[in-house]
Amino acid sequence: MTLIHEPDLGTPAVANDHDVTLTIDGRAVTVPEGTSVLRAARGAGIDIPKLCASDNLAAYGSCRLCLVEVEGAKGTPASCTTPCADGMVVRTDTDTVHALRHGVMELYLSDHPQDCAGCARGNCEIQALAVQTGAAEVRYGRGGASHLDDTADTSNPYFTYDPKACIVCNRCVRACGEVQGTFALTVQGRGFDSRITAGGTDFLSSECVSCGACVQACPTDALTEKSVIQLGMPSRTVVTTCAYCGVGCSFKAEVQGSGDDTRVVRMVPWKDGGANEGHSCVKGRFAYGYASHRDRQLSPMARDSIDDEWQVVTWEEAITRVAEGFLALREKHGVGSIGGISSSRCTNEEVYVVQKMVRAAFGNNNIDTCARVCHSPTGYGLNHAFGTSAGTQDFASVEQADVMLVIGANPTDAHPVFASRMKKRLRAGAKAIVADPRRIDLVRSPHVEAALHLPVRPGTNVAFVNAMCHVIVTEGLWDEPFVRERCEDADAYLAFIAGPEHSPEATQDVTGIPASDLRAAARLFAAGPNSAIYYGLGVTEHSQGSTMVMGMANLAMLTGNLGREGVGVNPLRGQNNVQGSCDMGSFPHELPGYRHVSRPEVREIYESLWGVTLQAEPGLRIPNMFDSAIGGSFRGLYVQGEDIAQSDPNTSHVEAALRAMDLVVVHDLFLNETARFAHVFLPGASFLEKDGTFTNAERRINRVRPVMPSRVGKDEWQVVCEIATAMGYPMSYAEASHIMDEIAATTPTFAGVSFARLDAEGSMQWPVTQAAPHGTPTMHVGSFVRGLGQLTETVYVPTTERANRRFPLVLTTGRILSQYNVGAQTRRTPNSTWHPEDVLEIHPSDAELRGVTSGDVVELSSRVGTTRLTALVSDRMPAGVVYTTFHHPVTGANVVTTENSDWATNCPEYKVTAVQVEVVTQAARANAGAGADVPADAVAGRP
Amino acid sequence: MTTLTPILTKFWDDPQSWTLATYEKNEGYQALKKALTMAPADLVAMTKESGLRGRGGAGFPTGMKWGFLPPPDGGPRYLVVNADESEPGTCKDIPLMMAAPQFLIEGVAITSFAIGCNHAFIYLRGEVVHVYRRLLRAVEEAYAAGHLGKNIHGSGFDLDVTVHAGAGAYICGEETALLDSLEGRRGQPRSKPPFPAVAGLYARPTVVNNVESIASVPPLLLHGADWFKGMGTQDSTGFGIFSLSGHVKNPGQYEAPMGITMRELLDLAGGMRHPERPIKFWTPGGSSTPLFTDEHLDVPLEFGAVAKAGSMLGTRALQVFDSSVCVVRAVDRWTDFYKHESCGKCTPCREGTWWLKQILGRLEHGQGSEADLDKLLDICDNILGRSFCALGDGATSPITSSIQYFRDEYIAHLTMGRCPFDPNDAVLFTTKETVSA
Repeated sequence: MTLIHEPDLGTPAVANDHDVTLTIDGRAVTVPEGTSVLRAARGAGIDIPKLCASDNLAAYGSCRLCLVEVEGAKGTPASCTTPCADGMVVRTDTDTVHALRHGVMELYLSDHPQDCAGCARGNCEIQALAVQTGAAEVRYGRGGASHLDDTADTSNPYFTYDPKACIVCNRCVRACGEVQGTFALTVQGRGFDSRITAGGTDFLSSECVSCGACVQACPTDALTEKSVIQLGMPSRTVVTTCAYCGVGCSFKAEVQGSGDDTRVVRMVPWKDGGANEGHSCVKGRFAYGYASHRDRQLSPMARDSIDDEWQVVTWEEAITRVAEGFLALREKHGVGSIGGISSSRCTNEEVYVVQKMVRAAFGNNNIDTCARVCHSPTGYGLNHAFGTSAGTQDFASVEQADVMLVIGANPTDAHPVFASRMKKRLRAGAKAIVADPRRIDLVRSPHVEAALHLPVRPGTNVAFVNAMCHVIVTEGLWDEPFVRERCEDADAYLAFIAGPEHSPEATQDVTGIPASDLRAAARLFAAGPNSAIYYGLGVTEHSQGSTMVMGMANLAMLTGNLGREGVGVNPLRGQNNVQGSCDMGSFPHELPGYRHVSRPEVREIYESLWGVTLQAEPGLRIPNMFDSAIGGSFRGLYVQGEDIAQSDPNTSHVEAALRAMDLVVVHDLFLNETARFAHVFLPGASFLEKDGTFTNAERRINRVRPVMPSRVGKDEWQVVCEIATAMGYPMSYAEASHIMDEIAATTPTFAGVSFARLDAEGSMQWPVTQAAPHGTPTMHVGSFVRGLGQLTETVYVPTTERANRRFPLVLTTGRILSQYNVGAQTRRTPNSTWHPEDVLEIHPSDAELRGVTSGDVVELSSRVGTTRLTALVSDRMPAGVVYTTFHHPVTGANVVTTENSDWATNCPEYKVTAVQVEVVTQAARANAGAGADVPADAVAGRP
Repeated sequence: MTTLTPILTKFWDDPQSWTLATYEKNEGYQALKKALTMAPADLVAMTKESGLRGRGGAGFPTGMKWGFLPPPDGGPRYLVVNADESEPGTCKDIPLMMAAPQFLIEGVAITSFAIGCNHAFIYLRGEVVHVYRRLLRAVEEAYAAGHLGKNIHGSGFDLDVTVHAGAGAYICGEETALLDSLEGRRGQPRSKPPFPAVAGLYARPTVVNNVESIASVPPLLLHGADWFKGMGTQDSTGFGIFSLSGHVKNPGQYEAPMGITMRELLDLAGGMRHPERPIKFWTPGGSSTPLFTDEHLDVPLEFGAVAKAGSMLGTRALQVFDSSVCVVRAVDRWTDFYKHESCGKCTPCREGTWWLKQILGRLEHGQGSEADLDKLLDICDNILGRSFCALGDGATSPITSSIQYFRDEYIAHLTMGRCPFDPNDAVLFTTKETVSA
C-alpha cells in the first residue's frame, strides 16, 4: 500500500446533458457544456499547472498559471475560468505560455522560502511547479520587504498557519466559505500586503471551527497539520470511515510504519466518500488521538468485587471468568437473568455477533443497544409509517431541497459535515424553517438565515407538528392525489387533524409558537415544491418521541414529499453506526433486518443456521434491565462500547442497578464510568484497528479498514465469539468479512452486500438486493416498503414532566461541536481546548431573577438529583428553558434527568426535565465583569 | 478651431448650481417627463442611435450595454452608477457631482425606466465626503419633488436611489469589484462570465455605467440623437469633459466635442504654465493610459484615433508635464499608486506591481542597472493581458510607454548615479522645505 494521491481536476464537475467537443493540444476532448478548459485538459491527462484552483472550489482565476492560448481569442485566457465551447482550439504547450508560467512562478518564488528541504510538507504544489516551469532561479534578488520573516500562528491545537509560505491563493478562504460555510477566514490588507487572517485574530480565538478544509486546500506548507510537522510525511494510506457521528465520513488514514509500529500522521477526508465528498469536521479530521491515549486499557482485567482493585489477567482467564460467570447466573437465576448491550460505536459485524451471542449462547432476547436512548423512536415510527426503520434519502438529496424543516437538531454542532451541505444549499436559495427552543446557528449565521425560527417549547413537538398538518389540511394545501393513491387511513386522519384543537391558534400557548409564524411555516413547507424534514434527538428523546416521528411522516405524506430527490423524512443519526446497530438485530424484539422475533419464518432462518432454538418473546430493554436488576431477577450484563452510567438518564438509578448485579462485563477502550461497577474489563479495539462496516444515517454501508492490528491482541468480534464458545455455543469466523457474508445470507436488505462488493463500489446504501444491486439512495419511490403509507392519528399527550413551583425551568440537553457524546474520545484529545467544561446556558431574564451571571457556579436540581455547573447567560435560550451538554462526567447532566421515556420504545425523555437553578459561587467579579458584559451571543456563539 | 460645448458644465458658475431649483431652471427634469411617456425600448434604441460611448474609460457603447440585459423575468434589475472616480489625474465626475448633481440623478431615473430598474445605486468614492453629502441632499431634493420614489409623476414607475460611499479602494472602480463591495464583500474583481448584465448585483441583471455617461442621458434625450451626433466624431459622438491638470496655465474642466485635440485644449487653457518650458509628456486619459509626447498634440481625442496612436482615451484626464519633470520620477510615483491599490487577488499584479515599484525606486535613485530595465519590461509583459483585471494592465502603461519614449532618460539616471532633475523645479509653489530627491 502506498500513499493515495487523489487527482485534482481544478474546477468542479458540471452536470449538463449537452456535450461539447474541443481540441486541446491537438487532441479532441468531449466534456459537458460549461466545463472549464482546465478541467477538460486535466481530465484528458494534459497537465496544465495551477495553484489557486481546486475541484471542490469555484474557479477563481487568481494564480494565472493555467493561462493557455485559444485560437481566435484575445490574449491568453485563464483555463480555469474559460468554459469549453464546441470547436474551440486550445494550446497549453506553446513558448508564450511557458514564458508566462515561468514569469509567474518567478514572482511567486520571489517571496517564498527557498528552503524546500526544510518544509514539513515536503511535496507542496509550488515546489513541483517551480521544477516543472524551470523557475527555480529568481532574478529579483532578496532585497526589500518580504514576508519571509512573518511569524507563524500556532494557536490551533491541530494545525499551524505559517504566513512565510503563504502564496495568497485564497484556497483556504474559499474553502472556509464555499465548502465549510463558516466564513472565518479572509484576506487582510491588499496588494503585496495581502495576508490570510482568521478575522483579524488568531485561529483559536476566531470563528474558525477547525474543520480542516483550509489545511486540505492549502497548496503549500502555510497551513499544515502539526502532526505532519512533528512526524513528517506519511507513507501509506488506508481508506476508512470515521467513528464519530452518523454522517459517516470517509477518511484516508495517512500513516507511517506498519504492523504494531504504525503511526497515524493525519486523517484526510476522502473525496470519493459518498457521505462527505472530501469534507470533514474537527472531530473526524483531528480528534483521533484518543486511540493512542495513555488512558487506553490494553489488557483484560478482573476483580471479585467492585470494591477491589483491578487485577490484570490473561485473555483466557478473562473469557473463562465471563463465560463461567454467565453460565452460573443462568443456572441459578434462570435463562432471562443475563443479557447484553451492543454499541452503535461498533461495526455491523461486531454488533451482529453480540446479538448472536445473546440469542444463541445466552439463550434469550435480552439484547439491547444504545440506540434505545437516541433513535429508537425513529426506528419504530418510520417503520410504522413507511415500513422501514431508516431515513428515506441520501445526503446528496438536500441539494434538491427547496425548503428544509429542521426539527430538534443542531447540525452545525452535531452533524457538521452534513450541515455544511445544508448551508451550501441554503446559500443557493433554499429556505429553512428551524423548530428548536434555542436559536441555533442555522437560524442565523454568515450568509445563512432561516426563513422562520419556531421556538417550540420542549415537550410540545407533537402539538407543533399537528398544527402544521392542520393548517395544510384546512387551508387545502395538501397533496390529495398523493394521499389518495399512496396512503391509507386518510379519511380518519384528515378528520382528526382538521379538528379545531390542532389549530395554531389553539396550540400557540402550548407550543410557544405564534400562530402567524406557524401558518407561515406550514404554507412555506406545503409550497415546496421539494420540502424535506431533517431531525435529531430533539424529536426522539421525548415521552412522545415515536408519536412525533409519525407526525413528521404524516406531514411528509400529506404534502407528497416522499419518494424522490430533495424531500423525505431524514433522521440525523447520532452515532456512527446507530443505523447499522439497529439493522443488525440488536433490539430485544427484532432479529436482523427489523424482523420481529415472534415471526416463526424469520426465527427459522436463524435457528437452522445457528442450530439453536430461539425465543419467540422479546427480551428486556435497557431500562427494564435496570429495573429487573434492582428487583433482583437480572444478574449479569455484558456491555460493549456504551457508558451507560454516564449516558443513561437518572444516574443514581442506573448506578443502583449496576451495583445490584453479580457480573458486569465492560468491553471498552477506557475504564469508563460504567467500569466502576464492572467485574471484568475486556479491552476493546479502536476504529483504527477494526475491520468491518459502519452504516450511516443515509443507510450507506461504508468499509472500516484496519489501519493497524488490534492493540489489545484480539478483535472485538473474536472476543465475543470466544465468550460464546466458552459458554458452550461454538462461534467462530476466520475473518470479519465472513460475518457480513452471514448477514447478507440471512437479511434480505443486505442480500447483495459483501466486503468485496463494498471495496469495489466504494459504499452502498441498503437495501442492496437483486433489484437494486448498487443500493438504494432514495426509498419509497412509487410505493412504500409497507405498500401504502400509514397516516396515524397523532394525539398530543403532554408530558408529565412539567415546570412547577419547585422546578420552574425546563432543562434540555444537546451536543457541542468539539465534543462528542459522553466525551470518552474527545475529552482525550485537544478538542477540549474549545470546550473544557459543560456549561449551563440560561436566558438573561431567568439569570437576572436568580442573580446568575456568566461564570457563576450554579446548582442545577431536578426531582431526581442535583449537580453543579458553570453558568453562561445567553440570549440564544428562550426564557424558561436552560440547556447543557453532557460531555464531561463531572457535570453529571444525567444526574438530574428523569426516568420518563417514550411510550413506545422507552427512549429516555432527556430533552425535558423540570429544574431549578441557584447560584452556589459567584464568579470573581473581576472576571465576571468580562464574562457578563460580553454580548451573550459572542460567548454562546463559540462552539 | 473647435469650440467648447458647455452642457453638463453650463451653469457651474451659478452661485447655487447644485440645487434642484437651478437645475430645473436649466431644462432640468424635462427629459424625465418626456422619457416617462416613451416606451423603454425606444429609450434604449435612441441611446444606441446616439452613439454615446461609456465615459468611464473603456468607451463601450452605452445603449448596447443596456440592450444586453435579458428579458424581464419578474425579479429585480439594477442600475449601478460607478462614481468611484480614483484614477490619478481623473477629476471630472467629482466636480460634476459637486456642481450639478441633478444631471446624474435625472439620468439615473431615465436609465432606470429604460432598463426596468426600480432600485438604483450610486457607488461613490468614499474619500469625497463633501460630494457624498451633496449627493445625499440632491437625492433628497429629487424625492421631495417627486422625481424619485413611488409613482413618479403619475407614471406608475417607482424608483429608489441609494447613494453608497465606498471604503477607499481604487479597485472598486472596476465594475465587478464595485459590485462585490456594494454587496458588502471585499472589493475584488469577479470572474466573467457571467457578466453583470446577466448576474451582477445580488446575482441579478445589472447595468453599471459611469457618472458622466448617465449624466449625459438627459440632454441627449431632450435634444435627440441627431443633436448629440452633431457633436464629436463618427467614432466618438457627442461631448465630453476634458480635465486638464499639471503644467498648464488654467487647469480645469473643459467640456468639448469628442475629437478635439490637445493642441486646441492647451490653447483654450492659456498654454503652458511656463511658456518657455515645452510640453514633455502627457496622459490622454489618466495614469493608466500610455504616455503621449509633443508628437501627439494633434491626435483627435476620440477613442479610435487615440488607440491608433498607441494609447487610450480613457477618462480624458489630460495631465500635462513640462520639461522640468523627470519621467522616471513621475512613473515611479504612479507605480507606487498601483502597488498600493493592487487588490492582491492575482499574482502578476500583487507581486508584479510590488517589484515594479522596487525596481523603479532603484532606478530613480540611479542605483539600478540596465538589466533592471529589461526586468521591468519583462514584469510588464507578465502583467499586461495576464492579470485578472485591467488594473494590472494600467500599471504597466506608464512604464512601457515611458521606456519607449524616454529610454535615454532612464539610462542617464544610471550613468549619473542619480536623478538628473531637481524635483523642486517642477512644483507649483515655492516651498520652504525642498522636495527630497
